[in-house]
Amino acid sequence: MNAYLAAAEPAAQFAPAGGVGSLAWLLFALPAFGAAVLFLAGRRADAWGHFLGCATVLGSFAIGVALFVQALGAGDSVGTELKLFSWIPVGALNVDFGLRLDPLSLTFVLLITGVGSLIHIYSIGYMSHDPGRRRFFAQLNLFVTAMLLLVLGNNFVMLYLGWEGVGLASYLLIGFYQDRPSAATAAKKAFLMNRVGDVGLALAIFLLWTNLGTVQYSEVFSHVGALSHGTLLAVCVLLLLGACGKSGQFPLQAWLPDAMEGPTPVSALIHAATMVTAGVYLVARCNPIYNVSADGRLIVTLVGVVTLLIGAIIGCAYDDIKKVLAYSTVSQIGYMMLGVGLGPAGYALGLMHLLTHGFFKAGLFLGAGSVMHGMNDDVDMRHYGGLAKHMPVTFVTFALGYLALIGFPFLSGYYSKDAIIEAAAAQQGWRGLVMGGAAMLAAGLTAFYMTRLVLMTFFGEKRWEKLTAPDGHEYHPHESPAVMTIPMIVLAFGSVGAGFFFQGNERLAHWLSPTIGELQESTAVPVISHSQAAIGTLVLSALGVVLAYLIVGRRPTPVERPEPVSLPVRAARRDLYANAINETLIARPGTWLSRALVYVDNKGVDGVVNGTAALLGGSSGRMRRLQTGFVRSYAMSMLGGTVLLVAALLAVRFGTQ
Amino acid sequence: MTPTYYLLLSALLFSIGAVGVLVRRNAIVVFMCIELMLNAVNLTLVTFARINGGLDGQVMAFFVMVVAASEVVVGLAIIMSIFRTRRSSSVDDANLLKY
Repeated sequence: MNAYLAAAEPAAQFAPAGGVGSLAWLLFALPAFGAAVLFLAGRRADAWGHFLGCATVLGSFAIGVALFVQALGAGDSVGTELKLFSWIPVGALNVDFGLRLDPLSLTFVLLITGVGSLIHIYSIGYMSHDPGRRRFFAQLNLFVTAMLLLVLGNNFVMLYLGWEGVGLASYLLIGFYQDRPSAATAAKKAFLMNRVGDVGLALAIFLLWTNLGTVQYSEVFSHVGALSHGTLLAVCVLLLLGACGKSGQFPLQAWLPDAMEGPTPVSALIHAATMVTAGVYLVARCNPIYNVSADGRLIVTLVGVVTLLIGAIIGCAYDDIKKVLAYSTVSQIGYMMLGVGLGPAGYALGLMHLLTHGFFKAGLFLGAGSVMHGMNDDVDMRHYGGLAKHMPVTFVTFALGYLALIGFPFLSGYYSKDAIIEAAAAQQGWRGLVMGGAAMLAAGLTAFYMTRLVLMTFFGEKRWEKLTAPDGHEYHPHESPAVMTIPMIVLAFGSVGAGFFFQGNERLAHWLSPTIGELQESTAVPVISHSQAAIGTLVLSALGVVLAYLIVGRRPTPVERPEPVSLPVRAARRDLYANAINETLIARPGTWLSRALVYVDNKGVDGVVNGTAALLGGSSGRMRRLQTGFVRSYAMSMLGGTVLLVAALLAVRFGTQ
Repeated sequence: MTPTYYLLLSALLFSIGAVGVLVRRNAIVVFMCIELMLNAVNLTLVTFARINGGLDGQVMAFFVMVVAASEVVVGLAIIMSIFRTRRSSSVDDANLLKY
């Protein structure tokens, strides 16, 4: 434990940012400006709004690249900090609106603005027929602003600001098609389930504040040793709860598939490449905390393992192309969580998978969007088939993303995912067996469901020829315009080359090492060696591909969903009963509790108040009858009162003698 | 002649007046009974002034007379107008101001 403490950076090492660094506030100010203009200008901006939306993000990307080049020139420094203004100076609590420009945040800035720019450009084409395109771009810019604040902040309150901001943007964009009740419900579900995680994050920040008296990263991380064992574990678990909510991890994974109700570029940007990886960022950012809590790390890895299995299993059963990809995202983020949960042996691996996943999953979602664009917005893969010839560019880019995802040798996923599996398998004792085994099994399942998806979409019989689309027209599959295909091509290059580039000379691990420490190899003799894990993963993945070919590729696919199906398929189709469990364990008891409280309120609290009023009213009504209107009875009561008074006076006067 | 007799007399007059107010219905009689009570009080005041050898009680009696005179003016006017509208001088008939 003390070895890590010594490695924790003291606060003084962060030099104030200079040069391009002093312009870092433009990173999020540009998209914020774009969002403000697009929201406020109204319909006047319809003609040029999408160009402004793209331009602001591209501008941010340019600044991000300049900052990155400057940081590369600075060598191994831990980074710089830029204090913009004092944000919340209240008594002992003093929160600055400050930015931290270190390797970790710059990596995320490049991912967010880079992939974000591509997806913005893609959206020009994808949303071209939508009357709400300007609103869409405004919300997308809002999201980029919030996401950049999340990763750039130099304290936990800034992180929380960005965290809630992306939650809001996600809510708005999932519910973008406001006229669809299903979209509104999905948006609400995402918002509510995210709240559960946000409470965890907020409590973790409160705990750090009460124990350490600061929310600044540099100060918190250099004083982690002052926390007691129990507090440390509580902080780890609460931070993880926050990460689970945002990243769709078990047990809060059920909202992410429903979030696919939003437009496809949203799924690509928010629910695949950037926002849902915020949980991984959180764990990696808080690495000094997790470094000193082995139990905290173990819980992170367990959550990752459970999630990656759940996602892979459910992904095999869905027919909705976006939901399959969504569960694939859940599963891949599970891998990332497993990676960062391994501690110093895995932070860099988890982050590398995050980056490569950002490329290929965004590419896959954009490809799915392109397919939907050509197929009258139909998402049911059972209506597809044989689309490879009609959409050659989409097919090739999608296929490259697919190969990268299943870990085809020398593509991105091969380097990043297999590295996590090997590191997990190299853990000691039962952990290596359980984590490595589950991760390898899920790799095989990944190969199965992705092959099934590709076969059902791009190969086989053209099932759409005999069908009419949900909107009543014939299907006329066609390739998407260049504004959509070019981002897909760029992302396909990333899917192919990113892993090789990051892995070569351990480039990424070395670049990130000032923030997350050097990548450490486990020294103990592992139960499953690296080569065994690598070969096992490849064999299982190949088996998955072959199995999918035998089951889906060689037989005609029925247009209707086969019913009834075996028990495992039925369970997977129903999300492994995640929604049912949530409803039974949380929603229903919550409803009962509310009803009981309403009853107590109506009968108890209101009863006391209303009863007092009724008592006073009733007795007053009776007392009123004393006012008869007869003057002589009033005179009688006056006399009676006077006699009583005189009697009392006399009693006092003579009684005391 | 001890002052006690004057006080007993005034107590008697006051009681007669009080009983009269309570039992009689005719507004004029009730009014006269009130005057009787006031004058009984006046008698008491004067007696006590005499006992104490001061003038305070006598001055107070003058005040009571003035108030009684004003009261007669207002009260008789009210009784008159009630009699004109209701053709009755019974205090029990004028019972509209009630619950």
